[in-house]
Amino acid sequence: MNRIQEKLKENKKLLSIYFSAGFPSLDDTEQIILDLEKSGVDFIEIGLPFSDPLADGPTIQESSTKALRNGMTTHKLFEQLKDIRSKVGIPLIIMGYFNPMLQYGVEEFCRKCAETGIDGLIIPDLPVDVYHEQYKQLFEKYGLINIFLITPQTSEERIRFIDSVSNGFIYMVSSASVTGSTSGFGEATSNYFRRIHEMDLKNPQIVGFGIKDQETFKAATQFAKGAIIGSAFIKHLEKEGTSKISEFISPIKL
Amino acid sequence: MSYQVDEKGYYGDFGGAYIPEMLYPNVEELRSRYIEIMQEQSFQEKFHDLLREYVGRPTPLYYAKRFSEHYGTKVYLKREDLCHTGAHKVNNTVGQILMAQRLGKKRIIAETGAGQHGVATATVCALMGMECIVYMGEVDIERQSPNVARMKMLGAQVIPAKSGSRTLKDATNEAIRDWINNPVDTHYIIGSVVGPHPYPDMVARFQSVISEEIKYQLMEKENTEDPDYVIACVGGGSNAAGAYYHYLDNPDVGIIAVEAAGKGIDTGESAATSALGKPGIIHGSKTLLMQTGDGQITEPYSISAGLDYPGVGPMHANLFTSKRGEFISITDEAAMKAGLELAKLEGIIPAIETSHALAVFENRKFEKDNIVVVNLSGRGDKDLNTYIDYFNL
Repeated sequence: MNRIQEKLKENKKLLSIYFSAGFPSLDDTEQIILDLEKSGVDFIEIGLPFSDPLADGPTIQESSTKALRNGMTTHKLFEQLKDIRSKVGIPLIIMGYFNPMLQYGVEEFCRKCAETGIDGLIIPDLPVDVYHEQYKQLFEKYGLINIFLITPQTSEERIRFIDSVSNGFIYMVSSASVTGSTSGFGEATSNYFRRIHEMDLKNPQIVGFGIKDQETFKAATQFAKGAIIGSAFIKHLEKEGTSKISEFISPIKL
Repeated sequence: MSYQVDEKGYYGDFGGAYIPEMLYPNVEELRSRYIEIMQEQSFQEKFHDLLREYVGRPTPLYYAKRFSEHYGTKVYLKREDLCHTGAHKVNNTVGQILMAQRLGKKRIIAETGAGQHGVATATVCALMGMECIVYMGEVDIERQSPNVARMKMLGAQVIPAKSGSRTLKDATNEAIRDWINNPVDTHYIIGSVVGPHPYPDMVARFQSVISEEIKYQLMEKENTEDPDYVIACVGGGSNAAGAYYHYLDNPDVGIIAVEAAGKGIDTGESAATSALGKPGIIHGSKTLLMQTGDGQITEPYSISAGLDYPGVGPMHANLFTSKRGEFISITDEAAMKAGLELAKLEGIIPAIETSHALAVFENRKFEKDNIVVVNLSGRGDKDLNTYIDYFNL
């Protein structure tokens, strides 16, 4: 069984943290991952930076741009993660846009993920239909779990389809927005959380976009299995560097 | 084999809709309805009425006598430069604003590079009384200030794109992000045959009025619908798609696509996507694009802001790889000379984009009795400062 599936069986709300690999400094990747695990994070999403991240707001865009300027590449990231599995036990997910993976070679990318001990992928611009027709077998061959997004606008029929194609969790985007752009959850969002909960899907849901602290984490996980923090963590790294990661994480799960 | 889009939204290996889930409902709504809406009689009537009464169509197919004599072949210019707002761009914006109305949208967003598509979008929004937001790279705002002023006069809000290289590609990213943030009431008017399916096909259909007119106009003048060659410049490729459209599957008509070589293909300052690009994904479409070995999209260069795009529409990527189209790249220098030459020989100052297409005649020989149609996609008023600086006028 994949580490993601194992983790999802634990009887608690799960916290996932996203960061852009190569930010703030090129070689911070390993230290950030180690500190996040030590701080009690349940999953880590390692952002593979891209020049044109369509679904991301300014915070993640800027961290991606800086990471690229620092010299981050797909090859470099795999090099940095080469021995990571001798040091880290929690699930590791690579989140990135599809073009860099295409250029690396999709099969070679999957093979390398498996070799490194990456458990899953989130590829926002690889639609579920294309994945289902062209790449599903390849991902499964290498034991990788692909994670799909749903939004408040996703139709019930499509959610059911995404649920049928998924075998890990569903990434539930909290509101119609790019990353990092919401503040708090209103009534419409709560109703959406409830609606999805009542669909009784086979895959648990992890909520992302707009989660930044204990309050929003609690609200997001009222029904869902867990929540993801991205932009708020990157802002923290920008301000405090990599030395105070546990100070950011600890209060969230209190 | 057809060079038109297939049922799944592909031109050969290129096209498709590689979009984040957040965009899916909007793009799917458009995909499932655009053909049916465009085929409604009332839509067609409104569209053609606006093209005639507002845009000023049909545009002339003008026999360029002195230019023809100079190059020893028969050259016709399809005068898209005479369209309202000065370029072919308005054919598409008129079509898409009607589409947006049919879909019940209240708010229009667009991206623009040189500002021509932004002006064409702001124009139709003023005409229909709709809210208009145009994203434009901060760098382009500085170098194209007259078009920024035009958009503001037309009531549009111009928002600077401050991310990445702060040019057209980033303006497009910002427009897409806006659409993600406003999924219900907003229609995104893409200005070229780029972006996720159905945009490349929808924009090509709206622009296809160009070749529809060429066919009957040429019949009147030459007693044939088919020229030997159609030449057009290609940035994203909307004027080219319109000029080729009704000839795509007719092997008797040669298709010549002209890209911007910038300072030269091997200089690192170029926008010749067919020569320098590899298959990849940009703005939701699988196509040829200029990128690093690591898959990061690179910044193109051309003296012409309208050709300054790191990708090319999927239709054109397929015309290139299938060899249906002949792709030629033209340097800044050759284009500028060709623009000046047309002004002197025919009294027409072309847009610098269009000048690239005209420069082909210096590089490539045509037979004496060949009929060659050049799509004169835009007029040069917007480029006056560039011409002045370049030639010390």
